[in-house]
Amino acid sequence: MNDRLRNYRNWMMLSIFTIATFIALIPLFGVLSYVVKNGISALSLQFFTNLPKAMGLSGGGMANAIVGTLIMVFIASLIGIPIGILAAIYLTEYDRHSWLSVGVRFATDVLTGIPSIIVGIVIYTAVVLKMGNFSALAGGFALSIIMIPLIIRSTEEMLKLISHSIREAGYALGISKGKTILRIILPTAAKGIITGAMLAVARVAGETAPLLFTALGNQYWAHSLNEPMASLPVQIFQYATSPYKEWHQQAWAGSLVLISLVIILNLSARFAFRSRSN
Amino acid sequence: MSKKIKYKTSFGDQLMWILTLLMAISVLVLMVWMGWQMYHSARPSIQRFGFSFIIGRVWDPVKEQFGALPFIYGTIVTSLIALLLAAPIGLSVAIFLNEMALSKVRTVIGFLVEMLAAIPSVVYGLWGIFVLAPWLRETVEPGLAKWLGFIPFFKGSPVGFGMLAGGLILAIMILPTIAAISREVMAAVPNMQREAALALGATKWEMIRLAVLPYAKSGIMGGVMLGLGRALGETMAVTMVIGNRPDILLSLFAPAYSMAAVIANEFTEATYDLYLSALVEIGLILFGITLILNVFARLLIWSVAKGPKGGSLV
Repeated sequence: MNDRLRNYRNWMMLSIFTIATFIALIPLFGVLSYVVKNGISALSLQFFTNLPKAMGLSGGGMANAIVGTLIMVFIASLIGIPIGILAAIYLTEYDRHSWLSVGVRFATDVLTGIPSIIVGIVIYTAVVLKMGNFSALAGGFALSIIMIPLIIRSTEEMLKLISHSIREAGYALGISKGKTILRIILPTAAKGIITGAMLAVARVAGETAPLLFTALGNQYWAHSLNEPMASLPVQIFQYATSPYKEWHQQAWAGSLVLISLVIILNLSARFAFRSRSN
Repeated sequence: MSKKIKYKTSFGDQLMWILTLLMAISVLVLMVWMGWQMYHSARPSIQRFGFSFIIGRVWDPVKEQFGALPFIYGTIVTSLIALLLAAPIGLSVAIFLNEMALSKVRTVIGFLVEMLAAIPSVVYGLWGIFVLAPWLRETVEPGLAKWLGFIPFFKGSPVGFGMLAGGLILAIMILPTIAAISREVMAAVPNMQREAALALGATKWEMIRLAVLPYAKSGIMGGVMLGLGRALGETMAVTMVIGNRPDILLSLFAPAYSMAAVIANEFTEATYDLYLSALVEIGLILFGITLILNVFARLLIWSVAKGPKGGSLV
């Protein structure tokens, strides 16, 4: 009698967890199906080659926004990846336990947790106001600030996985510490570090808020990094909140391109990691 | 760590050490600098309005009146809706993946839940405008008003764009965070605990309830707090569905505004310094709240990951 009740309760709770898990996945399929359905019908070759057209005209594209996203993510990577990896090396190889390392780890966690729009505000007040104009460079800076803590976290995890015997083998051969890190430890962890970097790139590629008041957006090609530059997420935001049907179509197409980019990066990052563990 | 051992150091070695040290310090400097930079820009507004900034209900840039309460209210209500929905579901996902699913199912569903986190916020917003909000307006909100209309939260005409839409979309966005952290801390529960419970004849649910959840409790709390932090600061998706009207209304159907949304919408339109400063102060409040939340959340998660018996974890 009592056991039957216990078994019933067990069965009920486990069913609830299973159902809840599937409920959690409904939005994923909801979003993906709408983006694919609406995106494909609006996607064309012109979308990748043309500049945006004035409102109401069809046939415009987002070529400048696609290139803009690539450029700014590239700037962010150029700054964020080296700083992140070097800081992570310090945290694992030179100094794991001192107050400085604890402080840096704390700062890393804080930076991961603060809203990305805050980064936009800071870069606006520090860079845009000082330089006097919105620019691609400012956008890249903002994205790099979001990237740094992500890279530190993932790189640190990877370096921690390397066993001490590998480091000791290096020292036993009389190789200096710096060389051990560069020639033995980094190559061993390379795939994991690259995976982390790709995930960080995927994450910042979709960021909108930090670009709103740094890179601003641009209906035309930017001729230098010191000019406002369009990006896919900002363009999607502007088009989605506009009242024009043609622009809504473009926003769906842009979302399809953006999501594809993010998912491809995620999948290939996972693939790279799996081939390592086998 | 053998700190006393002197390695043979060359110039390159020294350079490597100094370079990595500088980069590590730069992260610390970056955090402090961001806080200071914001405080500096927000100071005119702080000095002018003082505490009344937080409790003021009127936001009228034309008359130079800045009260942030409507935004704080909208942010808190939408985040609470999100938490109410995402915490139980996120925890269920973690239990399902950690304690129930076979390894192949775990890999696939675990990946799908991570994808939920990978979708850019602006895409959620687009989906919110054209799919979620119309659905709420035509189906959900009339239904809620019909059956639960006696509760003031569910009164009022269905608009679609409002706090309910904002809360729902936030729930979707923070669910992966809560699920991932809960999974992490539940994985840190030693298997001995589970086996002991099973050996005593516990059913699976009893094992989860008696051996796993108590052990992981504070870590799960930490995950929920991190989720809350994310919800409070999430900008784009909320901006696109919350309706953007600085009112304080009980009805969840009513359009509202959030702190991050007002910054996103008005920052580039701030025509004079005090206006900009007021917006930065909203950002500063957001920065402060998320910072405190993060500190508490990390402490909770660390306490679990270390484990009461100080095992080999982490």
